Amino acid sequence: MGKDAGTVWTVHDANKMTSKEIYGRVLADLGERNDKIVGLTADLAKSTNIGIFGDKFPERMFNVGVAEQNLFGIAAGLAATGLIPFASTFATFASLRAAEQVRTDIAYQNLPVKIIATHSGLSFGTAGTTHHATEDLAVMRALANMTVVVPADGWETAKAVRACIDIPGPFYMRVGRGFEPPLHENEDFAFEIGTAITVKEGSDITVITCGIPVLQARDAARELEDDGISVRVINMHTIKPIDREIIVQAVLETRRIVTVEEHNIIGGLGDAVASVIAESGKACAFTKVGIPDEYSVIGFPEDLYARYKLDSTGIAETIRELLGKEIEADEDWTDED
Amino acid sequence: MPKDVSVEELKAKAKELRLNILKTAKSAGSGHFGGSLSSADIFTALYFKYLHVDSEKPAMPERDKFVLSKGHAALAYVPCLAMKGFVPMESLESFNHYESAYGMHPDAGKISGCDASTGSLGHGLSIGVGMALGDRYQNLDTKVVVLMGDGEQNEGSIWEAAMAASHFQLNNLIAIVDRNQFSIDGNTEEIMSLEPLDKKYEAFGFKVIRCNGNDLAELDKALAEAWGEKEKPVCIIARTKKGFGVKRFQGAVEWHYGAMDVEMYKEALADIEAL
Ligand SMILES: Cc1ncc(C[n+]2csc(CCOP(=O)(O)OP(=O)(O)O)c2C)c(N)n1
Repeated sequence: MGKDAGTVWTVHDANKMTSKEIYGRVLADLGERNDKIVGLTADLAKSTNIGIFGDKFPERMFNVGVAEQNLFGIAAGLAATGLIPFASTFATFASLRAAEQVRTDIAYQNLPVKIIATHSGLSFGTAGTTHHATEDLAVMRALANMTVVVPADGWETAKAVRACIDIPGPFYMRVGRGFEPPLHENEDFAFEIGTAITVKEGSDITVITCGIPVLQARDAARELEDDGISVRVINMHTIKPIDREIIVQAVLETRRIVTVEEHNIIGGLGDAVASVIAESGKACAFTKVGIPDEYSVIGFPEDLYARYKLDSTGIAETIRELLGKEIEADEDWTDED
Repeated sequence: MPKDVSVEELKAKAKELRLNILKTAKSAGSGHFGGSLSSADIFTALYFKYLHVDSEKPAMPERDKFVLSKGHAALAYVPCLAMKGFVPMESLESFNHYESAYGMHPDAGKISGCDASTGSLGHGLSIGVGMALGDRYQNLDTKVVVLMGDGEQNEGSIWEAAMAASHFQLNNLIAIVDRNQFSIDGNTEEIMSLEPLDKKYEAFGFKVIRCNGNDLAELDKALAEAWGEKEKPVCIIARTKKGFGVKRFQGAVEWHYGAMDVEMYKEALADIEAL
């Protein structure tokens, strides 16, 4: 039984549920104990699973129809009256269609709207580019006041949904569409927004990742262990505020960093990590894995993950490549001429 | 200029299109049945009688333009383009498959004859306004047709475009609303009521034509009238049934999107054959 929210499913169930389903259930649960929580959606109550909350509290659920800009404007208004609105739609529409409402109506006014966006990254594979969300982290990161979280599985989703209530300002979280095997075996782990989790220790190289690829990175790291390669895996579930300390520590201790994310390589986790590395002033071999700067092809998510090297095979390949890269090329430096 | 095609011929084509929708969904694994089957007659009338388009010259400037604003009806659109020779019939088998040109929503960069990449609702009418302005400016005597969903009418951007259409007096623009009464979460009047939709479009300066969008004789009449309009942008409110033609899907909100097993597929084909 999930104990910290009096949740009603067992480990067994959680291992069969999608993250968005867990979100809906946890929210319904929280709603019982906090009557300031209200829900909103734009004709996607069922698809995002916020409908689970809505079925339990119909008087606290507002479906505004297919109208995302209106959705986030209304959420801002509700928050301005002291309520805690949870607004759910697909990640692409939350971050792009309604970007200005999120920025000006919500983030600018520092209102506690909790945006739980589903169908993140490439998880809506065959729906194509209009339904892929590979820019949301870049947009949300750039909004002042916004906290940005990418949970690695249902357990983290549950913990993040509970934790975000205590954040006084706006919150953005993206979860996938389908079922992904959980990273954690149960909910007995510490989860704090802003504090990354070391999934595996290692000393040769560090993979910093978030969301669905975390499990893949861990598997890759385990595989490489057999070849004597020691890979550290960091689950950077909070993109903003980012855990700088753990990144700098990885730079100092492993000197090689790979970031892996289900996002355009521009503007997301990789760039957030790159800034921290650059600001540390330390030399570090670095590469970003993600969707190259192009629009994805059609396909099932697994095929797309393989194509963009977001699966364990691809991640292992990138790790080997970066390990082979020369970084102490001091003779190239020209400042001492 | 509309072609000389009888209602009977159109009916036969509509049947063929519905069968192709089912076949394509079968190889795709799943599909947006509801909104594709509801709009199949509209696609048929447009492509087999009204739109001046040529598969040999898919980009000719003097073609009529078509924007599928409810992009999730690609399952009807792409088979229709195949029947018109824009894309090979066999290629429909790749729908939704890895690296296919066709997924749930149409990609104009990959599909010959497709004028706009859509899938995010509420964009099409603005694109249509731009096309209508562009063609008029270039003295092209064309029509621009935009097919929208009724749930899609919730998007504010539609109404910004509607305002612009009459402001610019776009008598070459024809908006069609597939009024099948449902979006994803339920009945449009329960989720976010639209009625009186006709009065809204009238107030926005459109000439409004109402018809049964699953009756080709009525659709034909409505489109003829729209094609003849000289002053205003036109809005055809086409009353349809979501999932029209397949008993299991008809009016069943959950079949907005789904996957059939072999038995259901056979049943669905038989329903269409019996139409
Ligand atoms: C901007 C945007 N928001 C949400 C969606 C998800 N979505 C796809 S279809 C649909 C319902 C559309 O209903 P309607 O326009 O009535 O289409 P139809 O019933 O004809 O299929 C929704 C909400 C989307 N594609 N685009």
